[in-house]
Amino acid sequence: MPEPNAREMFLGQGPGAEAGSQNLFVNMGPAHPAMHGIIRIFAELDGEMVVKADVEIGYLHRAFEKDCEVGPYNNAIPYTDRLNYVSPLINNFAYASAVEKLLGIDITERCKYIRVIMSEISRICDHLTCVGASAMELGAFTVFLYMIKAREFLWELVEDVTGARLTISYGRVGGVKADLPDAFGIKVRKAFAETRQVLQEVHTLVTGNRIFMDRMVGVGALSAQDTIAWGITGPLLRASGVPFDLRRVEPYWAYDRLDFEVVLGKNGDNFDRFLVRMGEMEQSMRMVEQALERMPGGAINVDFEGREIPVDAYVDRGKQGKTEGLLLLPISLSPNLQGQGRDAQSRVNVHDKTVVLPPKETAYGSIEGLMNHFMLVMDGYGIRPPAGEAYFAAEGANGELGFYVVSDGGDRPYRVRCRPPCLPPVAALPRMIEGQMVADIIPTFGSVNMIGGELDR
Amino acid sequence: MDGSAILARLRGRLGARVLETHEHRGDHTAVIAPDGILDALRYCRDDAELGFDLLMDLTAVDYAKYPGREDGPRFDVVYHLYSVPHNHRVRLKVPVEQDAASVSSATSLWPIANWLEREVWDMFGIRFDGHPDLRRLLLYEEFVGHPLRKDYPIDRRQPLIGPHV
Repeated sequence: MPEPNAREMFLGQGPGAEAGSQNLFVNMGPAHPAMHGIIRIFAELDGEMVVKADVEIGYLHRAFEKDCEVGPYNNAIPYTDRLNYVSPLINNFAYASAVEKLLGIDITERCKYIRVIMSEISRICDHLTCVGASAMELGAFTVFLYMIKAREFLWELVEDVTGARLTISYGRVGGVKADLPDAFGIKVRKAFAETRQVLQEVHTLVTGNRIFMDRMVGVGALSAQDTIAWGITGPLLRASGVPFDLRRVEPYWAYDRLDFEVVLGKNGDNFDRFLVRMGEMEQSMRMVEQALERMPGGAINVDFEGREIPVDAYVDRGKQGKTEGLLLLPISLSPNLQGQGRDAQSRVNVHDKTVVLPPKETAYGSIEGLMNHFMLVMDGYGIRPPAGEAYFAAEGANGELGFYVVSDGGDRPYRVRCRPPCLPPVAALPRMIEGQMVADIIPTFGSVNMIGGELDR
Repeated sequence: MDGSAILARLRGRLGARVLETHEHRGDHTAVIAPDGILDALRYCRDDAELGFDLLMDLTAVDYAKYPGREDGPRFDVVYHLYSVPHNHRVRLKVPVEQDAASVSSATSLWPIANWLEREVWDMFGIRFDGHPDLRRLLLYEEFVGHPLRKDYPIDRRQPLIGPHV
């Protein structure tokens, strides 16, 4: 009889041999390369299968809602940048619109179009990041590089308009910070041509690719009923075939005047979510192109070129009492304030001096303007909506982005609640991954597009 | 359905348990007595004409320093409901006293209420009866107090905690 080898000798002799199968507990995150941002998935595994999962969030909690309560209404704008830091413009505008709803004012037509244009550009950035990152985690690194390249072109547009790429703080209660720059339409067309090419390339690379399909089709699926019960909106809900898009069902700003399709999926799995996002980027580009065409006010040209005078000369003339016709003169502003002159401001901002800062000509050139300016920035003054509450929802890149603002009649919000669009899908994540393989966590988590800033606030 | 019709339908069903209804800036609100909230939510979800199948948001407001509400119930728990088939919205509010800060949990109706109620417990210290797992959501277990309460100062420091042993 041959001697048993070592493997045969120890087989079935380990300490766990009598106990039957034992489940393994695994932490993914908080610091894991596939957890975009910081989040912890605590999973119980039976072999390769996820038996049970729990998700822990809050690692990026910055007390957004508490911070909003201590400053005037416009002070919350920079904080909203940091909610969804991939598409901050939508947060800016949604918050501003909530306060405007509370005030009962309507913004100018041109401003509505600007908000649509900038929101849709942000939405494309957001979808590019989401699709690119989750494709990268499945091994398609090229897709990530291509999409980040396209996002770069779009961020250049954002930079052109707002002066920043990420922390843009461009929205204002009652309007936007400044008008669109010169020749913006031409730059948009150029950037969109590049983006369309990237989308085409990505479709060629991954849509229909065997490896990509195997990882995505049928993985992380939620039925339409489940998606609704979990409060999930946005691309995830549309991927399960429910045509819920706030831009269509409750059109705000200028969305009712634009022609676009609500992109729908069928199965609610990761692959449909990918297709919905790819389709929405094309629709967003269509919307921006139409909005640029239909925007009132046309291209922005300074038609009084050569007649501008510098600010200090303007103030001097005012001090010397040479005020005749002074308020009608345009002034040349520093680059930081460009687009905030009288002309631009009257196009993009509400004509309500209790809400919007006066144009710089008036603030520098007349005592009334200066007083108006101070009445809006002094502690205890500023924007004071009547007591009451309002909820405004915009279609964020991840779903319904709602702001619930309560006013007590003072100059700072009594309560600001942000309804984060990516909290419900993260809450439903255990439901999506339980019963699936460990490797399926990665594409599912990628398709949820968790954004720590708005999830943890 | 029109907002005021929704409120009328709720009043018809719940009677005196609807304490008050109002409309502000196009948002329709019904204030429901604490003992009627679960019935109200279930009715909103299951009634064919209301059809509020989506719990959009669940949050709370601390009215401790609100002019005119200093003596009333301290908190309001606020539900924002949306109906996908009918495309309408309503807001339900439940006044909650500080001493008995607890409301019936909506987890049996919508699974998403689980996390939203955990957040309200975390931030306001309002308990939800019947919640299966009422842990803090955003903060950590050792955190002292509930930061969105109006009597929690924004600059309060929390004791440092070490690693779990």
